[in-house]
Amino acid sequence: MLQYGARRAMSLMVSLLVASLVIFFALEIVPGDPAAYMLGINAEPDTLAALRAELGLDRAAPLRYLDWIGGMMQGDFGISHTYRTPVADMIAERLKVSLPLALYALGLSTLIAFPAGIWAAQRRGSAVDLGVMGVTQLGVAIPNFWFAMLMVLVFAINLRWFSAGGFAGWEAGIGAGLKSLTLPAVALALPQASILTRVMRSALLETLGEDYIRTARAKGLTRGQALRGHALRNAMIPVLTIIGLQFSFLLAGAIIIENVFFLPGLGRLVFQAISARDLIVVESVVMLLVFAVIVVNFAVDMAYAWVDPRLRGQR
Amino acid sequence: MKVLAMTALVGAMTFVAPVAQAKSDLVVGLQLEPPHLDPTSAAAGAIDQVLYANVFEGLTRFGPDGSVNPGLAESWDISDDGRVYTFHLRKGVTFHDGSALDAGDVVFTLDRARAEDSQNAQKALFAGIESVEALDDLTARVTLAQPDGGFLFNMAWGDAVIVAPESIESIKQSPVGTGAFRFKGWVQGDRITLERNPDYWGEAARLDSATFKFISDPTAAFAAVMAEDVQAFPFYPAPENLPQFEADPRFQVLVGSTEGETILAMNNALPPLDNPMVRRAVAHAIDRKAIMEGAMFGLGTAIGTHFAPHHPDYVDLMYLSDYDPELSRQLLAEAGMAEGFTTTLKLPPPSYARRGGEIVAAQLRNVGIETEITNLEWAQWLEEVFRGKDFGLTIVSHTEPMDIGIYARPEYYFQYDSPDFQALNAALSTETDPEKRSELLVQMQTRIAEDHVNAYLFQLAVPTVADARLRGLWADAPTQATDLTGVYWEE
Repeated sequence: MLQYGARRAMSLMVSLLVASLVIFFALEIVPGDPAAYMLGINAEPDTLAALRAELGLDRAAPLRYLDWIGGMMQGDFGISHTYRTPVADMIAERLKVSLPLALYALGLSTLIAFPAGIWAAQRRGSAVDLGVMGVTQLGVAIPNFWFAMLMVLVFAINLRWFSAGGFAGWEAGIGAGLKSLTLPAVALALPQASILTRVMRSALLETLGEDYIRTARAKGLTRGQALRGHALRNAMIPVLTIIGLQFSFLLAGAIIIENVFFLPGLGRLVFQAISARDLIVVESVVMLLVFAVIVVNFAVDMAYAWVDPRLRGQR
Repeated sequence: MKVLAMTALVGAMTFVAPVAQAKSDLVVGLQLEPPHLDPTSAAAGAIDQVLYANVFEGLTRFGPDGSVNPGLAESWDISDDGRVYTFHLRKGVTFHDGSALDAGDVVFTLDRARAEDSQNAQKALFAGIESVEALDDLTARVTLAQPDGGFLFNMAWGDAVIVAPESIESIKQSPVGTGAFRFKGWVQGDRITLERNPDYWGEAARLDSATFKFISDPTAAFAAVMAEDVQAFPFYPAPENLPQFEADPRFQVLVGSTEGETILAMNNALPPLDNPMVRRAVAHAIDRKAIMEGAMFGLGTAIGTHFAPHHPDYVDLMYLSDYDPELSRQLLAEAGMAEGFTTTLKLPPPSYARRGGEIVAAQLRNVGIETEITNLEWAQWLEEVFRGKDFGLTIVSHTEPMDIGIYARPEYYFQYDSPDFQALNAALSTETDPEKRSELLVQMQTRIAEDHVNAYLFQLAVPTVADARLRGLWADAPTQATDLTGVYWEE
């Protein structure tokens, strides 16, 4: 287990280094000058030069890369070009929205998918199975921003149960905070739950065809008992993979939903930063997301080993 | 799950209740969030939209009709040669941190804006200043290198608001001004909150607090207004929704004018657009009405030159560029371009440009001019079009007030180089007699219209959607501001 973990940790470091290089130098090539964006069309050339100097943009790219990486190792992400506040603080502030939102959506998705997937697998071919498959098909097909707008129309504009968007802030109380994340979380969770349900169901059905299940049934277990006792654990590998992917996706990919609900999350921060050419913010957030994805993958790898002891001994 | 559903329901019920009582707060929706909160070191209109007149004030200030009124300067004397302005500041004005406003703050502000390492986005406003000195606590004297009839106007800009040396260090995060509202808090990405300044020198604001909420997506803006999460949305981004709001008794729709001349800019240095006859052909190929209908849902006022139609000195010069495709083809033929030509059309993000661009392209194709459309983000547009001058045509709205002077800068992106116009502009900048100024402005407008420097499309309109009970909002936008000092709820 330890050796397995060490090898994974090593590849994690290499991935991060490569990612940082790609992110930094790809953004260097993108046309657009943050100083020109800030100062607009009437700026005098010497004003632009003064701002560029203050932002440190007059220095060579490799030097700026080293500064950035060096700072990041110590938790210093630099100062935003446009907002002029430490990037680390900005990210921390946005994570207070994005992280709970991702967890909320993932929680909803798992809470729906596990029972639904198991239920459908247990009654394969029945009306229940057909119903679950039909609904999840729809859930995968509906674009989540469209579903989000539909919910806003019904729950915010017509019923007035929720506000149309915005984040109340945790200082307004956990309840108020969660409430403002509810519609976005549901919108995000719907397609994820659908996918997860289908994966859960097919993984279970696959294991249900294995010899050890037939043996278990022959010992006198019911289909349900065999499923819960033996099939479920063996079906977990693909399910964990999907959950890991979904978490990364929810953290990084909520940009559209954040825009629909005007939530101050990471996605909107990146979006604004890209249009303002606030490169240091874009670089740092993307780096953080890469880090999150890699760490989640690492955690999923570890979880494989936990559910499947055979993996622990592998070289 | 049942417990969850119950709490959601209870939460929902408490949320519906507060409607009827007298209100003294206001939530304003804005599409763009300020990058930081210093109006004197960035071009972003969003900064002024939140802070101008509300938190920060200048020596002079814009009225709702664009007039220049006394601000922190109660009055001023101008020397006979028009070079020396002596400003008399109001008594008893304090900044929000409690420090008193004095002439030293004026000296500090103006010297900072014109300093060598200044980061003021409109440094040109201060370029004519030779020296600034404090005569006593409440008197500041500004000496100009030469008379400038536009100086008081310049001092009303958001880029010229008075700031204090005591609070300049942290101005970008916690702005300290002299206005009727003071800054309370900023949740980045979400909202900025202002509260009434109890120590205001003038008539106190009627709202206790005002929150600006940032909603960039037009669909989300619609939902937020419909759900009454925001009670006013100036510069409302989706004009196609306006009829729906107009029909709904809960809302009022104000449509006002702006200082934004929307033009189809032409690269005057790039063949064949360097030929005035070709530019004239382009201008006659454009049907302004179709563009306003198609891109702005009918909002806007057609213009025939680079000047705001609500300005008293505006002259209607549209006859110089009437929609006449036949004439356009004829002009192209005369210019030796009977076969037409191909050029680029680079479009920044606003919908007037993106939607308008498609229509312009179709109208130009009709006379034989093919365009290659490229959509650009603002940062790219600034780099490629504005700085790099790598374009044939582009559509952009020039939102700075009274900016006809840009035509006197041959290096400016459309590269119009006319000694005649430059002479007129030079004469204007030193002319202080109102009548002569007016005459010069008419000549300038006519000059650029006759030279067909650009194709002048329309004056950008500003739609504001607001709660029907809200009073005192400005319909027009003489500067990019949301002046809330006179806003109140009707009982």
